[in-house]
Amino acid sequence: MRRLKKYQSGEAAQYITRRAALRKLQLSLNDFRRLCIIKGVYPREPKHRRRAQKGSSEIKILYHAKDIRFLLHEPIVWTLRDYKIFAKKTGKDRAVKDFRNLKRRLALFPELRIDHIVKERYPTFVDAIKDLDDCLTLLFLFSTFPSLRLIPREQSFLCRRLTIEFLHYIISSKSIRNVFISIKGFYFQADIKGQKVTWIMPHHYPFKPHSKAEVDFKVMSIFVEFYTIMLGFVNYRLYHSAGYTYPPKFRSEIHNDSQDNYKDELSYVSDRIATLNSDLICTENELEDEIENIDLDLLEQGQSSNRIMKLKKEAKELTNLRSLFKGLKFYVNREVPREPIVILIRSFGGKVSWDCTAFVGATYNESDETITHQIVDRPILSKKYISRDYIQPQWVFDCVNKRTLLPTNSYFLGVLLPPHLSPFVDSNRDSYIPPEENESQNESDCNQKKYVEGNTGFSASAKEIIDSHAMDDDQLQKAYIEERADFEEYDRIENEEEQNDDNIPEEQKEKLRHEETLSMSVQAGKVHKENKKIRRKNEIDEHRLQARMVKSRHRTLFRKLVREKQVKEKEKWLLKKKRRNIEAQKMSN
Amino acid sequence: MAKKQVKRKATDFVDKKKLKDSEIKSTEDDEEEQDLQEDLLQKISNEDNDSSDDEGTEQIYQSDDSDELEFESDEEGNYASKWDEGVGSENSGDEEAESDDEEQEGSDDEEEEDSDDEDEDEINDSDIEDISDDEVSDEETNLKERNLPKSKKSDGNIKKNGLEASTSANAKKELELQKVKTSEALNDFKEELKDPNNTLVVPSKKEEYADSDTSDEEDIRNTVGNIPMHWYDEYKHIGYDWDAKKIIKPSKGDQIDDFLRKIEDPDFWRSVKDPQTGQEVVLTDADIELIKRINSARVPNPEHNEYEPWIEWFTNEVERMPIKNVPDHKRSFLPSSSERKKVSRMIHALKMGWMKTMEEVEREKKEARGPKFYMLWETDTSREHMRRIHDPVSAPKRDLPGHAESYNPPPEYIFDEKERKEWLKLKDEPHKRKLHFMPQKYNSLREVPAYPRYIRERFMRCLDLYLCPRARRTKLNIDAEYLIPKLPSPKDLQPFPTVESLVYRGHTDLVRTVSVEPKGEYIVSGSDDKTVKIWEIATGRCIRTIETDDVVRCVAWCPNAKLSIIAVAAGNRLLLINPKVGDKLLIKKTDDLLAEAPQNDTMESERIKTAVQWSVAEKEEQEKGVRLVITHFKPIQQVTWHGRGDYVATVMPEGANRSALIHQLSKRRSQIPFSKSKGLIQCVLFHPIKPCFFVATQHNVRIYDLVKQELIKKLLTNSKWISGMSIHPKGDNLLVSTYDKKMLWFDLDLSTKPYQTLRLHKNAVRNVAFHLRYPLFASASDDLSVIVSHGMVYNDLLQNPLIVPVKKLQTHEAREEFGVLDVAWHPVQPWVFSSGADATIRLYT
Repeated sequence: MRRLKKYQSGEAAQYITRRAALRKLQLSLNDFRRLCIIKGVYPREPKHRRRAQKGSSEIKILYHAKDIRFLLHEPIVWTLRDYKIFAKKTGKDRAVKDFRNLKRRLALFPELRIDHIVKERYPTFVDAIKDLDDCLTLLFLFSTFPSLRLIPREQSFLCRRLTIEFLHYIISSKSIRNVFISIKGFYFQADIKGQKVTWIMPHHYPFKPHSKAEVDFKVMSIFVEFYTIMLGFVNYRLYHSAGYTYPPKFRSEIHNDSQDNYKDELSYVSDRIATLNSDLICTENELEDEIENIDLDLLEQGQSSNRIMKLKKEAKELTNLRSLFKGLKFYVNREVPREPIVILIRSFGGKVSWDCTAFVGATYNESDETITHQIVDRPILSKKYISRDYIQPQWVFDCVNKRTLLPTNSYFLGVLLPPHLSPFVDSNRDSYIPPEENESQNESDCNQKKYVEGNTGFSASAKEIIDSHAMDDDQLQKAYIEERADFEEYDRIENEEEQNDDNIPEEQKEKLRHEETLSMSVQAGKVHKENKKIRRKNEIDEHRLQARMVKSRHRTLFRKLVREKQVKEKEKWLLKKKRRNIEAQKMSN
Repeated sequence: MAKKQVKRKATDFVDKKKLKDSEIKSTEDDEEEQDLQEDLLQKISNEDNDSSDDEGTEQIYQSDDSDELEFESDEEGNYASKWDEGVGSENSGDEEAESDDEEQEGSDDEEEEDSDDEDEDEINDSDIEDISDDEVSDEETNLKERNLPKSKKSDGNIKKNGLEASTSANAKKELELQKVKTSEALNDFKEELKDPNNTLVVPSKKEEYADSDTSDEEDIRNTVGNIPMHWYDEYKHIGYDWDAKKIIKPSKGDQIDDFLRKIEDPDFWRSVKDPQTGQEVVLTDADIELIKRINSARVPNPEHNEYEPWIEWFTNEVERMPIKNVPDHKRSFLPSSSERKKVSRMIHALKMGWMKTMEEVEREKKEARGPKFYMLWETDTSREHMRRIHDPVSAPKRDLPGHAESYNPPPEYIFDEKERKEWLKLKDEPHKRKLHFMPQKYNSLREVPAYPRYIRERFMRCLDLYLCPRARRTKLNIDAEYLIPKLPSPKDLQPFPTVESLVYRGHTDLVRTVSVEPKGEYIVSGSDDKTVKIWEIATGRCIRTIETDDVVRCVAWCPNAKLSIIAVAAGNRLLLINPKVGDKLLIKKTDDLLAEAPQNDTMESERIKTAVQWSVAEKEEQEKGVRLVITHFKPIQQVTWHGRGDYVATVMPEGANRSALIHQLSKRRSQIPFSKSKGLIQCVLFHPIKPCFFVATQHNVRIYDLVKQELIKKLLTNSKWISGMSIHPKGDNLLVSTYDKKMLWFDLDLSTKPYQTLRLHKNAVRNVAFHLRYPLFASASDDLSVIVSHGMVYNDLLQNPLIVPVKKLQTHEAREEFGVLDVAWHPVQPWVFSSGADATIRLYT
């Protein structure tokens, strides 16, 4: 057998540069990009770049040769070629003004069918859900776009339709777990089929013209082209698995999907929210709750090992969350961004309405006496009702994150809000934990106990409930203050001990005083106390010496890890310091 | 004929009527006509239907509708009468097909009048005046009203009328003479009538003809036709005339002629050359006028009036009666059977679903446009086997936001001035920023604007998804602690020195070397201040100071406890000193031993003689304690004792192939073990048990068997420069220190490569030392520290030595770039001595 030449086997044969791939597929770069995006083919990082690039060392875009061979058999390659032919022919017709032929051709526009690609990229449904993050975020962004040159209008319509459908599923399945108001937008995290799906709903109005060098909308549009199809299928399956008919039907008559709605941006947005406020028509009875209950029972049967206890706690939290706003009636003032709030309130069992003169779809008026909460985002309100709580929108978000109804007093009208913390940071981490988080954790523990007891009386009128809350709050507050005081005392003692080490002169003075007073009397035997600082120093030295014994092959990694840790520590220290300074300033003021 | 008769009768009737009420208006004539037609019906039915001029279509029509007799009979008359009129008009209209309806009407009227006139001529001469008055007045008014300005047209009409009459007369050759006469008479009469107009119109008429004749036809004075005339440029003639004779070009004068002509000829300015004939033509006044008018963009004809009153050819009045009195054809009232068939076929197709209505088609198109969704996955987790891309790597998810990204973060996350500046400074390298955004605080949700870089961020994510190379990498998610090998805690490895307990001060320069008495009561130190000092360990007192001539590079206390000798390397000389401390008997015994020189039987070679001279110390030195002096030919770097205390080895790095020497005290004899230098020798060492000799060059350590005089092993250190070495008391493990911060532990049984490389120090390691009893070793380094390590060697050969650094002792002060220069262990206690560049010796216990 003839010997293979260099770079004809092994890693060099495994990879193929983009240019070679283009030649092999006989496509233009644009078509290839489109194909890659739709098929989910991406460049690979070879183990040995130099070897994979046949000896050249500059960085090239390398694809796996098998991927490119796989693309060769893709039917949409032919559609892409048809596009090219179509463009040529219609261009000619237009040039010779053969409008009859042109019209006929336009009707035969080759359509890109990518259903099979969805299945191919996501062989199981769960795979698709795992990859839903980018899809949802992009579609939510596109659903807010005005008419653009590069983005077909139908595409943004489709995005709107699909995202609304998805939100409907989320509401009806009550699967939202965490929410967060970021400066970028509203983060939502839902639990679908055991997968955490996170998406961002941007603040209004996100569209801003960009130069082509900065943002190429064409590329994003191709992504959206695939993602719409994917979300459509995901929606279909989600709806059917939850017992709804897929093109969703609504109980109320507000939703009329006419083209007129799309004419006006504002009316569209309000319509969209209005539809969110209406129920889906269900084909089967709700089975989900039962399933959930069975799970709980199973858990209760098991032994109370640590893990099971934890699971139990989580399950309890979940049930709590699912009926968080049950029985509450909200009224949203017009300055509040309604969409996220409507989603949250509706998905956790609350009722919501708004000013019927400003937007469509309101179900009751401001004057309704049964309203328990009014969400207001302005400092002063002229007309107030005594029967309801006036709260700022952050309350809703914080409640969801904490899985309880928080006391409303720190969210009152015009009150400076407590910081809004991210629910996504791991509470067991070693980095900085702001004091608010600590506090709220303690509080939430207390509150939970209370709510387990208080949950039974929800059928009573809302006002009563609030009163009882207030009473409970008072008691708890007291208990908490006491506990806090104890804790602080303990803390102080410890701190003093630490300070003693630092401030030796003070310690000496005290010692002297002690000695003076006790010099006459019989002294009790003193326990030998090691100097903490020295001990600490010794330990550190010891540790350092041991760290020098790290194997040479691990040394760089070790150094990197240590450096990372140091950076983290520094950050933590810096934040702590800043916080201390801020507190000190506040106190002095 | 018959028709004519009918007509005549009809006109008769009209005449009678007219006689009755001559003042009835012309509009009422129609009604009369209807009445008249009814009357006529009878007559026509009486008379024959098959007139010679009947049209075929008429007959077909009749045959078609023969079944509806009533209808036919009713309509026939109408048609007939209409046809009668139509024929009349057709006869006249044959030649004036393009004439307007109006005109036709007019002509019809006229014809009627004509016929009337005829009758009048024939029958009622008496009435002529009456009618003619009427008619003329009518005619005149008409002419005056509409036809006057367009005199030509009216003339044409008149002429046509005349023609019509004549043609009709010609066409019907059977007409009697009488009729011809009448027509002539009519013409005459008409001309008579229109006398005043005629006089004006006739000449213009002729001109018109002339114009039309000449204007279109080509110029035929020259018969060459429509060719470029420059073809004749070379010839004398310019073409051929009608008689095929050459048309000769007129003589062409030169410019002077032209000029003269221009001066002389008054008509020069209006003479033009005719391109056809080449003749000069003098333009007439009329021509010039015409040209002028054309030049000034006016209508060429000066008589043309642009501002003539507008004539409305089509009246805006709605006529009550149809212009043509022909009723619609029957088929226009009957539904078409072919259409009916077509429709029924379509209905059938619609019913069967072969065809779709436009609405349905539109709807289907609309539905087909959007994507269609169906149940793509049957269950949540089942997978269908499909070809996928090779080894799919899913894209990592984006990081979830932390507290800093909140719209209302805790205050410590907001940037202060310094952080903001730093953030802004890294504009060109955004990846170096701590956060990719600047934390913002808003007091309420309503104030939060759209994030300006949101779209850009999404776009970058898209780019990442399709353009970023992916690979599977195992990400180490471990704590740094995990990488530190699991070693026993130093607490369990006690005793080892932990604190500095004594400092021996007295030297004035850096203390290069230190050595401990085998019994462990005294130490000796050599310094750059050219002194050797002997110290008592327990008190830290300097007992004795021995001054030498040169810098003391190395001191070594004889390891044999029965002797009290110190070997001191000072410059070129090796001094063997009796320190005179400790046991007096021992001192004396040593003195005795060194006093008498043994008999030297063997002859020393020249090579040794030139390198070394043994001599007894001089008087002064004797008092200081120096007993023997071995003078070398080069400065001595290091001196080391054999375990029994009889042999001393010295190293002179500059000595080339004689750089290592072994001296035997008992025989006062020196040997040069190597004949060839294998490199720059740094230090040498005796094996504690075996007759082996370790030689460290810069890079390697060689082990020689002294008995067999051969190389046993070569240890590869893989380091740049060895500084010192020490052997474990059991003799199986060697520790080598190097200037490149490393210490190498060699297991001599195991391999020639280091068993372990220790990088404990941050700077060059100067020396290492094993403890004789405890499993401890210490290293001295230029980083000012002495590191004590636990180095346990097990008797079990299968168990590897355990090396644990246990303590870092760092009390020496820095002096230039030197730190600790030497280290030595107490022979019994776990105490370590270190000598440093800060001119001190320190004891750690």
